[in-house]
Amino acid sequence: MSGRERQGDADLAAGDRGRIGMWLFICTEILLFGGLFLLYSVYRYKHQADFHAASLNLSRFDGTLNTLVLITSSLTAALAVHELRGGRTAKARLFIAFTILFALTFLTVKGFEWGEKFTHGLYPDAAHLLSLPRGQILYFGLYFTMTGLHAVHVIVGMGLFGYALRSMSRGRVDADHPIYVENVTLFWHLVDIIWIFLFPLFYLIS
Amino acid sequence: MSDTDIERKGGGTAAHGPGYRSYLLVYALLVCLTVLTVTSASLNLGAVAIAIVLVIAGTKSIFVLLYFMHLRYEKRLLIKILIPIVVATLAIFIGLTYTDILYR
Repeated sequence: MSGRERQGDADLAAGDRGRIGMWLFICTEILLFGGLFLLYSVYRYKHQADFHAASLNLSRFDGTLNTLVLITSSLTAALAVHELRGGRTAKARLFIAFTILFALTFLTVKGFEWGEKFTHGLYPDAAHLLSLPRGQILYFGLYFTMTGLHAVHVIVGMGLFGYALRSMSRGRVDADHPIYVENVTLFWHLVDIIWIFLFPLFYLIS
Repeated sequence: MSDTDIERKGGGTAAHGPGYRSYLLVYALLVCLTVLTVTSASLNLGAVAIAIVLVIAGTKSIFVLLYFMHLRYEKRLLIKILIPIVVATLAIFIGLTYTDILYR
């Protein structure tokens, strides 16, 4: 029995406490993005034609590709936890490495997408963007804010998974102490869920 | 109580996930739903199109929550009820905002 488990309520194992905390954090994240989705839906309701016209600028292919990449990364993350719990740390590390690789793929595609918008004068406060109808300006404002905030989450997730690999190689995270990887993976699935909603709302409404 | 008993007790309350087969089935389903949502969007269904993509997104999220995030295997009531609570809170926010926007 580790010192960690001896502290606090005996009924509540360390893993349970960590998991409850993570789920509470996930709830705050849902409310954060929920607020942005509400903002999106109100502006979309008020500027339907502009939103449709603006979404034609997005590449449906890139969006679909990134959706599949992120779903696949969710699968590899889930399998990493499965392997870690089974005591197969080497396999778990391999799956985490794949997850980081998919996250990097996602960001690369996203980077090219944003880059393409920038070359077409579509970035916040650009002269060309400001000359567009009001609804289109709002659409791109929301597009950059929401996909940008999501991308920040992807970057954070990559960092956390990278740290997981380090901790696993040093034996601090293993089958008996999997909570760190479990929680990072929960976070990663949340990032996937947010994208599941972002994708149709920005890419599929034209 | 021996050390292993404590470990087992700790592990017993932790959410145990499904196996490879279930993970891969859920993954296949998520990919199919992605294809379905892209297909439905290219059919020009008009006003119902947004409802269709949102229902599909909701379905995908439920599968991610239940299987990938292990909510289906969760034993702690506190964690089980968190997501319904937060979704209900959001629904209240959204509902009240729309009563203002639609009937102002």
